[in-house]
Amino acid sequence: MAVKKSEAALDPLWNNNPIALQVLGICSALAVTTKMETSLVMCVAVICVLTLSNLTVSLLRHQIPNSIRIIVQLTVIASLVIVTDQILKAYVYEISKQLSVFVGLIITNCIIMGRAEAFAMQNPPSLAILDGIGNGLGYSAILMATAVLRELFGSGKLYGYSILPTVSEGGWYLPNGLMLLSPAAFFIIGGLIWAIRVWKPAQVEMDG
Amino acid sequence: MANRQATGYILLFATAICIVCGILVSSFAVSLEPLQDENAALDKQKRVLEAVGLLQPGERVTPEEVAERFEPIKPVIIDLATGEAQADADTATFDQQRRARNPSTSVELPKNKASVKRLPDQALLYEVRDDDGELELVVLPIEGLGLWGTLYGFLALDADTTTVRGITYYTHKETPGLGGEVDNPRWKARWPGRRAFDGDGEFQLAVIKGQAGGAAEDPFRVDGLSGATITSNGVTNMLDFWLGERGFEAYLARIRGEAN
Repeated sequence: MAVKKSEAALDPLWNNNPIALQVLGICSALAVTTKMETSLVMCVAVICVLTLSNLTVSLLRHQIPNSIRIIVQLTVIASLVIVTDQILKAYVYEISKQLSVFVGLIITNCIIMGRAEAFAMQNPPSLAILDGIGNGLGYSAILMATAVLRELFGSGKLYGYSILPTVSEGGWYLPNGLMLLSPAAFFIIGGLIWAIRVWKPAQVEMDG
Repeated sequence: MANRQATGYILLFATAICIVCGILVSSFAVSLEPLQDENAALDKQKRVLEAVGLLQPGERVTPEEVAERFEPIKPVIIDLATGEAQADADTATFDQQRRARNPSTSVELPKNKASVKRLPDQALLYEVRDDDGELELVVLPIEGLGLWGTLYGFLALDADTTTVRGITYYTHKETPGLGGEVDNPRWKARWPGRRAFDGDGEFQLAVIKGQAGGAAEDPFRVDGLSGATITSNGVTNMLDFWLGERGFEAYLARIRGEAN
């Protein structure tokens, strides 16, 4: 399987986005996107874990026994996630408290396992790193877009700074409470998937 | 290369992966522990500030600002049975949870609603006094079982020992979005002004199912957390316990006497 480097890194952004096309990793996309700050930390964490797990699995791909390959991938991913969680607790404690279980749940994020099994097991480390970064960025693009909309309309702020002054602070904007609840993320991600498929009709799934 | 399907190779590989990952994880955990402990201590101080209203939820403060705002808040160690302050006890090294685990400084409790298993002989609380030394409010540590584990937090009471000033939790394992909403600033804002005891000194405060009225007209009830009945009941039970005879009753009686 020959994959070009530029494709490995850029394809997951628009053409093969892990959330928008493959609809993976939705759980965390709902949970952490009420604020840009928490989303950003989550994105950085996922990009780091995904890139390093892809690299590790790719380096070991000729050594990993086929019969235990999934559990080996999981061990690598789980270790990386625990280390990430420890680092967040040490350096950004408040945010790590807000992210609560969702950092730990990166372990079960299908994107990471999926890339390890589908890509890193077959490709050399350099490509695997690019694929990890690309998929991480694809995930982040959707997460940040969702977070911008939810924080702006849900609390009138962007990255904690007031943009639309809310009524409770003496302004004119009445925040939309729905935006802070999980269903809002469903609507927004659904809307984003629709927008991407209007732009790239090739992604539309045919009725079987 | 060795046969990748051989049982011996598979076992060897699995062991090697476990050892490498184990070393990686534990070395990170050990080396980052001091920083994490520092953060946890700072976070606990912030929750105390939040309970007494000196810190708004979500407000960003530096560690220096926390120390500055903490200036009027004095830690006091009391004997739980008598309510008397223990002037010779060292507040800097006091660890109530470790004390509760140590058999020589704690007693085992019979089954109780807050599911507190062991009670320490002493507790660390905070007092805020005005310039004349008059007690303004007290911050009591509270803990009790929720759904998944023990919630640890603080309850700030007025010097009249019955008006709630605020409640905050710093550690819990409740479900995010359900029981985890004990951290929600809007829920916590429902607490100030509620009353713990009625005119006869009976504990009345309860987290109810559904919505309660304002603090003035409905002082003994607080809105429940949707989808988190067990956590809500846990909050009620731990307040009942810690304001009761095994908790801070003796201390509260003492400061009521002091005020009169």
